[in-house]
Amino acid sequence: MSDLKITGLHKYYGAFHAVKGIDLEVPSGEFTVLVGPSGCGKSTLLRTIAGLEEASDGVIEIGNKDVTWARPRDRDIAMVFQNYALYPYMNVFENIAFGLRARKIAPAEINSRVKRAADMLGIGALLQRLPRELSGGQRQRVAIGRAIVRDARLFLFDEPLSNLDAQLRDDMRVEIKRLHQELKRTMIYVTHDQIEAMTLADRIVLLRDGRIEQLGAPLDLFERPAGLFVAGFLGSPKMNFLPATLAGSSAVLSDGTKLVLPRKHGGKNGQAIILGIRPQHIALSGKKPMLGHAQLKVTTELVQPTGSRVHVTFPLGGKTVVADFEFHAVSKPGEKISIDIDMTRAIIFDPQSETVI
Amino acid sequence: MRNIPLHRRKEVRLGFRYVLACLLVLVFVFPVYWLFIISFKTPDEIFAFPPVWYPKSIQFSNYFVLFKDGDAQTVLNSLILATTSTFFAMILGTIAAYSLVRFKTGGENLAVWIISQRMMPPVAIVFPVFLLYVFFGWVDTFFGLILLYTAFNLPYVIWMMRGYIEDIPLELEESALVDGCSRWEVLWKVVMPMARSGLFATAVFTFVFAWNEFLFALVLTRTEVTTYTVQVTHYFGGQSNFWAKIAAMSVLGTIPVFFAVATMQRYLVRGISMGAVKG
Repeated sequence: MSDLKITGLHKYYGAFHAVKGIDLEVPSGEFTVLVGPSGCGKSTLLRTIAGLEEASDGVIEIGNKDVTWARPRDRDIAMVFQNYALYPYMNVFENIAFGLRARKIAPAEINSRVKRAADMLGIGALLQRLPRELSGGQRQRVAIGRAIVRDARLFLFDEPLSNLDAQLRDDMRVEIKRLHQELKRTMIYVTHDQIEAMTLADRIVLLRDGRIEQLGAPLDLFERPAGLFVAGFLGSPKMNFLPATLAGSSAVLSDGTKLVLPRKHGGKNGQAIILGIRPQHIALSGKKPMLGHAQLKVTTELVQPTGSRVHVTFPLGGKTVVADFEFHAVSKPGEKISIDIDMTRAIIFDPQSETVI
Repeated sequence: MRNIPLHRRKEVRLGFRYVLACLLVLVFVFPVYWLFIISFKTPDEIFAFPPVWYPKSIQFSNYFVLFKDGDAQTVLNSLILATTSTFFAMILGTIAAYSLVRFKTGGENLAVWIISQRMMPPVAIVFPVFLLYVFFGWVDTFFGLILLYTAFNLPYVIWMMRGYIEDIPLELEESALVDGCSRWEVLWKVVMPMARSGLFATAVFTFVFAWNEFLFALVLTRTEVTTYTVQVTHYFGGQSNFWAKIAAMSVLGTIPVFFAVATMQRYLVRGISMGAVKG
């Protein structure tokens, strides 16, 4: 059964076409992440699902009920906002209880539900505090508490972690994931952060210019992107894109470097292509190249240690290529190193259509 | 101050400030004191030279006369007019301001048009209003003045509340909408508490405007709903002025405003500064 079904959804702001015909079905209990660069329409889509924006065209069904024209409060949804949206004049308890009171739930029931939600989020001791007496992380927990206490069919998150610092963001990400596993509710989560998307999602919906570019499990999108945009958006550091020409079963880079393509592809001889190689698929070479791997000698330009890994930059085929090595692997710039590219995982794109060949 | 040690210098500077502050307080408070003290003086004391700085015996007779003649009733009239019109102006104005902010009712121009109504000199419309009121039979009625004061204060309330409501984060309202509130509930449970300081500050000013209004009260009232501002002018006679009555009436007229400002002071300061600084 699906908790959310969107058919042919459009949203215009005057002449600006923000959402351009979205079809999406979210099965019950799934954690779906809407991700994309800013201005791709992901927040608009979420707000339209919530009923905070009116759909210009199309149908939205929540729990098999057409809610396209329903008011937000009649949609059986709960939402967490980026700026917490806590009422500054109410304490934590009242903030969490707000939605229950608005729905005229019995006081005893409110009490127990607020306590349960607060305990789940580890803010049971803060119930009498005012929002201004809380840290950013605690505020976000209260905001999440206010949503989960509602017991709604659909939980919507609008970039809930983007106001937190990096360390806290990691903690809260774990918390949200754990919450989803405990509650087993349908959650739709908007973010522009691809790491959040990869780690949280059962399924990623990648948006671009108001359209769905690709949707699927995080690893599917990572390993088998439909086109240049998806390949470039997911993954950190970004995938390397090298212009090349097909010559038989090889790709020839602009500097003449020949890389053998072990996998079958639909390209023609002499065709211009873009070769996509993930930084993680480049390693310092062992003694013998493995089957399907290419071995090259390069000179490092930039060495960026990140702690557990090290990002090394070097020129290749007229472009600057980034490789993601084990730590300790390379110590200084300007060093000559021998690298090993896993060509079995390289992806070939058509530069015109930007799709995979 | 070169030879004075540093910690002493601070004290001296603070001393100067206190002296200056005391002088300023004196300048501002003295007229109020003088008015207050005149209201307790005998006619001889009022005109005595050198001036009598404080009355030898406190005379309540000036006040007794006001109550005996029923003149004090005009203060009550003013109170009824000012509170009722403030109440309606605040309710209608806040709702209108919310509509202007959230639904962009009438676009940007409507808001400017509304405030421009406030800039109209009252004296320019007093004659047409008078004719209209004669036609409807509203002259010398509470209804007539309450309607007029409400209408006159509405632009100010709308303009002020518009600023305060604009400062409320939209997400707070959206969150309430999702959580189960209707628009009216959002207005009542989120917008009103969030704009509380601004609401009180605006209400105090609206009250004071209505309280001090003179022109319309003079033209549109006869005997039934005379306000205290009009009543005071009755004591300026052709031959002589009744200074004791003027003073006593003015003190009576100051008391409600004093209490309104004193009780709302906390909100007043916050409300005024809230509109000034965004964030």
